[in-house]
Amino acid sequence: MPKDTGIGASSKRREDVRFLSGKGLYTQDIALAGQTYAVMVRSNVAHGKIKSINTAKAAAMPGVLAVFTGEDFKDVGGNPAGWLINSRDGTPMREPKRPVLAHGKVRHVGDAYAAIVAESYNQAKDAAQQLADDTDIEELPAIIDMKAAVANADNRVHDEIPDNVCFDWGWIEDNRAAVDAAFKSAPHVTTLELVNNRLVPNAMEPRASIGEYNTGTGDYKLTTTSQNPHLTRLLVAAFVLGIPENKLTVVAPDVGGGFGSKIYHYGEEAVVLAAAKKLGRPVRWIAERSESFLSDAHGRDHVTKIEMASTKDGEILAIRTETLANVGAYLSNFSTATPTFLHGTLMAGPYKVPHVYVNVKTVFTNTAPVDAYRGAGRPEATFSIERVVDKMCRELGLDAFEVRRKNLLTPDQFPYTTPVGLVYDTGNYQATLDKAIELGDVAGFESRRAASAAKGKLRGMGLSTWIEACGIAPSHLVGVLGARVGLFDAATVRVNATGNISVMTGAHSHGQGHETVFAQIVADKLGVDESSIEIVHGDTSKIPFGMGSYGSRSLAVCGSAMTKAVDKIIAKGKKIAAHMLEASEGDIVFEAGKFSVAGTDKAKTFGEIAFSAYVPHNYPLETLEPGLEETAFYDPANFTYPAGAYICEVEVDPETGKVDIASFTCADDFGNVMNPMIVEGQVHGGVGQGIGQALLENTVYDENGQILTASFMDYAMPRADDVPFYTVDHSCATPCTHNPLGAKGCGEAGAIGSPPAVVNAVIDALHRGGHTHVAHIDMPVSPARVWAAING
Amino acid sequence: MTKVTMTVNGKSVSAEVEGRTLLSAFLREGLALTGTHIGCDTTQCGACTVHVDGKAVKSCAVFALDVEGADVRTIEGMANADGSLSVIQQSFQDHHGLQCGFCTPGMVMASAALLADNPKPTEAEVRHHLEGNICRCTGYHNIVKAVLAASGQDVPAVAAE
Repeated sequence: MPKDTGIGASSKRREDVRFLSGKGLYTQDIALAGQTYAVMVRSNVAHGKIKSINTAKAAAMPGVLAVFTGEDFKDVGGNPAGWLINSRDGTPMREPKRPVLAHGKVRHVGDAYAAIVAESYNQAKDAAQQLADDTDIEELPAIIDMKAAVANADNRVHDEIPDNVCFDWGWIEDNRAAVDAAFKSAPHVTTLELVNNRLVPNAMEPRASIGEYNTGTGDYKLTTTSQNPHLTRLLVAAFVLGIPENKLTVVAPDVGGGFGSKIYHYGEEAVVLAAAKKLGRPVRWIAERSESFLSDAHGRDHVTKIEMASTKDGEILAIRTETLANVGAYLSNFSTATPTFLHGTLMAGPYKVPHVYVNVKTVFTNTAPVDAYRGAGRPEATFSIERVVDKMCRELGLDAFEVRRKNLLTPDQFPYTTPVGLVYDTGNYQATLDKAIELGDVAGFESRRAASAAKGKLRGMGLSTWIEACGIAPSHLVGVLGARVGLFDAATVRVNATGNISVMTGAHSHGQGHETVFAQIVADKLGVDESSIEIVHGDTSKIPFGMGSYGSRSLAVCGSAMTKAVDKIIAKGKKIAAHMLEASEGDIVFEAGKFSVAGTDKAKTFGEIAFSAYVPHNYPLETLEPGLEETAFYDPANFTYPAGAYICEVEVDPETGKVDIASFTCADDFGNVMNPMIVEGQVHGGVGQGIGQALLENTVYDENGQILTASFMDYAMPRADDVPFYTVDHSCATPCTHNPLGAKGCGEAGAIGSPPAVVNAVIDALHRGGHTHVAHIDMPVSPARVWAAING
Repeated sequence: MTKVTMTVNGKSVSAEVEGRTLLSAFLREGLALTGTHIGCDTTQCGACTVHVDGKAVKSCAVFALDVEGADVRTIEGMANADGSLSVIQQSFQDHHGLQCGFCTPGMVMASAALLADNPKPTEAEVRHHLEGNICRCTGYHNIVKAVLAASGQDVPAVAAE
């Protein structure tokens, strides 16, 4: 029976009422007295030397209050990379300074080299145009193609980095010889070269930041579109501007989606703070959509050669990959972790493959920075593995379902140590595969194929059995791997004197529904009504130091911290109850919101205990502090490992190459599920983005570094008529073994598991239609590419 | 500056505006109706969708002066008279048709306009009609479901819980 409240209930989202009424408060909606407007001046060339910037005319224009250039920020800190990755030879990565505003050189189209602040937005825009006209930039040859970037030592994105390589990483380098030996003796080797297409995250709310400075106290405030306000505070205060953290409050109010792109600190945040201090007035900057395309961190952009060694009957013996990963012009905060520890460590997939070796060269180019985008490294790994498995099946004439079944880890093998450094705690990959086969009606495929054929369409079916590592991350492990931060989270549970509850979380909700689901969890644990609980997030002056929301970590990490804090509340409540009930603490049981003496009818309600904590007249003050508020920090012991099986059916029009998604079936294992409605919504959204990557989306730079896809007119976002209803299931649950909720992450699953299912389905359709020469089509599998493949 | 007068959510408003002032800016900055969102500036995303004389219009592509005398409705004017959510708004909540909420006002306005014109749309008609409104969170599944449900129709079995 579905529950109607607490853990496991599909509680309707309380945040919806304000969003549906137009009462959400996003950064762009905030208007402050005396506010001023900032506009960035951005490079229109991909690579150039700034010869001169003449600010005089722009500064004298009507309404202009200040003009900033790179010169104004050259002495403050750079925006740092969060992970230090070492190359195979042990040398540390090359780490060029990322300035607030470009100084000396511009390195990508959209690289901001100046900012105008004016009384009105239009005045700032007009002055920005003037400044651009008065700037002399000597255009240099653009470095766009990764292979050319690595090959050409004379043309450098950063003058001090001769081959444009940030690092050349081997995982695990010590295993390389054994992997090579396994390939030498293998009965069959399948090779696939592929591109994981570059994507723009495109949260529907463009980035925006408002800086304020209190001239009386010297306190700063930054309101910004962030997934992690404390991390942003740390970066902009401690690393970039040198403001003491306790003099800066960062608020991320309602945030309209992130998908990774709002994890990072961006230069505009430093500009509005510095400008607010200079002017003593609020300074607001709101990105236009074209600025988002030019300056948000992009995602993916890998060029990979993957090889799979196997027996003739499809037993996987070894996997070996070589990848060029684009980091763009500068290192964004997570950019060095994404193609390495979020990618290479997943390259065994859900399979019992004994030998794996991953090589990643990360390359600077004159393009926007590239960083984590929904899935972050794991979609790239999953796509490579699931495509090469499928290719192996075709080469050997084997059934794609049976080959996966043969290679999947079995439930008795957990905990399982992979050859790429992870320990999978639990799973049942056969169960999700069987469930997908059932829900996807694989048995009925042939009749559907015949029906499609009768309409002149080619029907195909594609499978992806995926796993991912999320709930980022155990600090001790990521520290060894190069992380420069801890990745715990924190929550404070404050029981107010009248018994209602405020919960302050380090996690930030920008679509995930924390305000509802976190309240469900606390209500369930404390036996109180959900409506008595308020979830507070997004304001560093209110919440404990947590690392925010990304990497499907909110529930597994922050939810665990919250659970620990609730446990502390219950433990303290028992002490108070023992005193009030004149019993020993060990005899107090807490159940359904009541503290009672075991085996008696003596009891105190949760409300009575809370009241006593704040009005401690009958209270053990000599041994127990008054009040009922607890904070817990939680550092996960391991990643969590959601997994599942996805089946996609497509119809291909052989005349036009157009691919339609006929059906999409997801059988997922997310461990224990707190709110099924929200979990299913997360899968829908992830699959929608995965279909976008597979069929529609691509970020195109021309050879001069001009981005050709910088608006929604040119960049093909998935729209309502591009996707079907999805069939989703999460009943095959194996609870996570190491966190108190038994929960895995669900936020990125859909985007990780779906792209290979779509592409495998297209290839299947073409093969069934007789086009057996088509071994692979790169994403996006557009009509032009499919048509060319059929007719090539 | 030119004077413009229109009805917004049932109230007559007038103001002096520049010729280049967009309807979206007039609503957001002039009237503090910030439920109408700006997501793209190029008439593609639909977050700024409002009703002008009952038709769904992308307010970032219309000058305020061009709607002189018109009857404009925004998301702030969609609730029932008693303040409760209207049928289409409630259906979005009931069916989890929103996540981050940013595209939602435009989605609701576009959906309401569809149902006014076509009270019993097919799934394909809903998807086609919403093609001008981009959502990055939901994969559209629950949005389409919410619109079908608001029309009083059964949702297809695949979309049911």
